[in-house]
Amino acid sequence: MAEATATPQASAQSQRSGPMRELSAILAIAQRDLTKLLRDRTRLIADLAFPIIFIGILAPLLQASFGGGQVQLVPFIFTGVLAQTIWQSAAMGVISLIEDRENDFSQEIFVSPISRYSIIFGKILGESLVALPQGAAITAFAWLIGVPMSIATVLILLPVALVITLFGGAFGVIVLSRLPNRRAAQQIFPFIMLPQFFLAGVFNPLNNLPLPLDILSRISPMRYAVDLLRDVYSTFQPGPNVVPVAPATTNLLVIGAEFVVFLAVGTVLFVRAERNR
Amino acid sequence: MIQVTDLVKRYKGADRNAVDGISFEVRPGEFFALLGPNGAGKTTSISILTTILAPTAGTATIDGFDIAGQSSEVRQRVGIIFQRPSLDRNLTGEENVRFHAILYGVYPYAPAYAVMPADYRDEVSRLAGIVGLGEEVFKPIRTYSGGMARKLEIVRSLIHRPKVLFLDEPTAGLDPPSRRSLWSYLRDVRRETNTTILLTTHYLEEAEDADRICIIDRGQVVTLGTPDQIKADLVEEYLLVDAPSARAQLRAEMAERKLRHSGDGPFRIELDGQSTHRLLKEIDTPLTMVQTHMPTLEDAYLDIIGRGEAEAEEATANG
Repeated sequence: MAEATATPQASAQSQRSGPMRELSAILAIAQRDLTKLLRDRTRLIADLAFPIIFIGILAPLLQASFGGGQVQLVPFIFTGVLAQTIWQSAAMGVISLIEDRENDFSQEIFVSPISRYSIIFGKILGESLVALPQGAAITAFAWLIGVPMSIATVLILLPVALVITLFGGAFGVIVLSRLPNRRAAQQIFPFIMLPQFFLAGVFNPLNNLPLPLDILSRISPMRYAVDLLRDVYSTFQPGPNVVPVAPATTNLLVIGAEFVVFLAVGTVLFVRAERNR
Repeated sequence: MIQVTDLVKRYKGADRNAVDGISFEVRPGEFFALLGPNGAGKTTSISILTTILAPTAGTATIDGFDIAGQSSEVRQRVGIIFQRPSLDRNLTGEENVRFHAILYGVYPYAPAYAVMPADYRDEVSRLAGIVGLGEEVFKPIRTYSGGMARKLEIVRSLIHRPKVLFLDEPTAGLDPPSRRSLWSYLRDVRRETNTTILLTTHYLEEAEDADRICIIDRGQVVTLGTPDQIKADLVEEYLLVDAPSARAQLRAEMAERKLRHSGDGPFRIELDGQSTHRLLKEIDTPLTMVQTHMPTLEDAYLDIIGRGEAEAEEATANG
């Protein structure tokens, strides 16, 4: 080894390039996110607080006050909150690239020779892997409090959750590309995330909406994540409790199209904003 | 190794160029220092050369590759140590190095240190040895001092065997002992890896070790050369003499002896490398005043900085 490093001529030989290197880089970036999560125990717990409050407290309270008897609100809200949580977790995780920009770690990533798409995709994959254990914990909690769930349901929800998190990550990229700093990210949150809780129908059915809200609801990307999960859940646990708005194929088509657009446009805008200052 | 031609950068919304048409060239294996006050355009220049920032005009190549058109090739060949540490504080030192090695395609992805190739493990311990980190490379970055973080950044930047290592004010925020040891291990790194080094600094004494110094101020090259050349170039040594009652005689005598002089009394005589003593011996006119002006390189540099201070202040705000 010592001989090899003593001459600069030897340096180029060890460099790999092409798709294998990009794949390696994507995995390394994804693993970094997962490592960060596992070392941050408070975040692990804090991230579960809201979903558990929604499913364990809000849903039964609504049920007691407004529940009509035969329709159970808890499974409905569980499916909504599960999709919302993992979608949002992946989106916010990708937006955390802003934090990297502020503590200068992004310089280290962006000066490396790998493709900008690999960087963004690695980040999305990493944040998706971070969101999945959260989803698993929420599902376990729901099962504990008696939400109907077969083994088959749980197994089929896993790939669905992956689709939802990748979609959330792509949404994060398009938001990230328009944000100057972390403060802006925090300030914009009530405008881009909170309304979607309701427009996507996490807690409320999307029936008989007035036209303006119906338009906003259809624009809200989170709606399709929530509805896709309800499609799959209601197929495996049929009943009056969880009724999706649109069929799975429609939701998948919208998600696929928006994923590609968010990712491509977001990456181009983000890279351009980084370099042309 | 590095060729810079008429480089210009104007930040969005700025009313002056941060880099204003600089040109220089760095030879393979050279230790090259970009010296200048804050706001002179040093960091902007390095950011452009490392493809982080797009230039407004001009061209630059690194190892023959164009920084604008072949940025991926350029990135593969350069290592950078940024002004502010760019380590991931959630990871250990070695994890930061591994992340870097995989991103640069030196080794394929592996999920843990133990399953990385033996080559990698040897290289990490070799580099950690050169900079004096040793086994501390396995500790979390959170526990590192500023000096250790700098050392780790050097290890990290060398793991992909760059041809050029850029260091942007590497001693910023370090205490004096860490500064001194940084220079000594940079010397070791050069000796063992034959890497071309370009560093920026605003401390003259740090630049004096370089093979060549390029002083820039307000985005322009003030002077470029070896430390000795720069000294000869910048430092003006002269005598101020006068004989108020016999100025005509003194002027005639200076002309006769071919002494380069100026002024109407007191007269300024350029030393041009002669000793003060020899020069004075040539003058017979009784002098009533003799003043020597022999600034150090430091004085000359401070003079340059002083001239640009007002503008520099303004430029710092733009980064």
